[in-house]
Amino acid sequence: MQLTVNGKPESIESKDSLNITALLEELKVKDALYVTVELNGEILERENFDNTTVKNGDSLEFLYFMGGGR
Amino acid sequence: MLTEEQILRYSRHIILKDVGGKGQQKLLDGRVLIIGAGGLGAPIALYMAAAGVGTIGIADADVVDVTNLQRQVIHFTPDVGKPKVESAAEKMRAINPDVTVNTYQEWVSAANIAQMIADYDFVIDGTDNFAAKFLINDACILGNKPYSHGGILQFDGQTITVWPRESACYRCIFPEPPPKDAIPTCSQAGVIGVLPGVLGTIQATEAIKFLLGKGELLTNRLLTYNALRMRFREVPLKRSAKCPVCGDQPTVTELRDELDAMTVCDLEH
Repeated sequence: MQLTVNGKPESIESKDSLNITALLEELKVKDALYVTVELNGEILERENFDNTTVKNGDSLEFLYFMGGGR
Repeated sequence: MLTEEQILRYSRHIILKDVGGKGQQKLLDGRVLIIGAGGLGAPIALYMAAAGVGTIGIADADVVDVTNLQRQVIHFTPDVGKPKVESAAEKMRAINPDVTVNTYQEWVSAANIAQMIADYDFVIDGTDNFAAKFLINDACILGNKPYSHGGILQFDGQTITVWPRESACYRCIFPEPPPKDAIPTCSQAGVIGVLPGVLGTIQATEAIKFLLGKGELLTNRLLTYNALRMRFREVPLKRSAKCPVCGDQPTVTELRDELDAMTVCDLEH
């Protein structure tokens, strides 16, 4: 399955459909508990991570907290 | 009316078609509040003063520490120990005696922020903790005040401009602050010294465009920057109907201090 993640092409070896939680694991996303996920331009609610699956051609953005400034 | 001295001082602005004498007058009549006189706040304050933004507020309770000097370019070595707002105001007035600098030597809180932002046209977040970042967002939404969000960490930065109830806000992206100590901030994780210079200068640009009423603001798109790869990216966003503060059924209807989001490091400051 071909995805675009934060603007970069990403190939995922997966037989079945993959939900967002599994995808975050698969991609070894750091701080996955706090990442905001945008799927094809829509921000997903965290409670829907398990029941939202990705398909070939989907585009995702992982948005991370950045708390610094000083 | 611009004086002859002002026409000379701002001549490189005035010859720009999109600024001109009228635009420069708008900057001189403009009022911008900078929250945080540190890494982001330093270039923002310097450029706001140089540009002739007439009234600039700067808020920070901290004093200059030697570890700040690697990136907080508004503070100099002899300023160590001095309140940051005083150190910053001295440099701003030295750059441009035209500007009025209001200093607030205090941390923003639910108790003081609404009144503080009310006096300004535009607010810039240059703080270093989630409690302040969420508070600034909420206060600007509830107070209907356009503002620029900025965040940095190590070699990465992100910024977005928020037009309350028109464009996506910080909580549309991140509904709640992360729990205490979940995400490294300030001293633990490190930051490359030039990074706040890049992000802060973008935030200052947004304030100037806002005052001029020119160009397109950085609304509904999060600009992310990575210094190591030297890449900028834009993530398109939109206002969320489920946003806790600017959505259709808001749960944040008054200001509160997000004490859970404070880190030990914030409390030490």
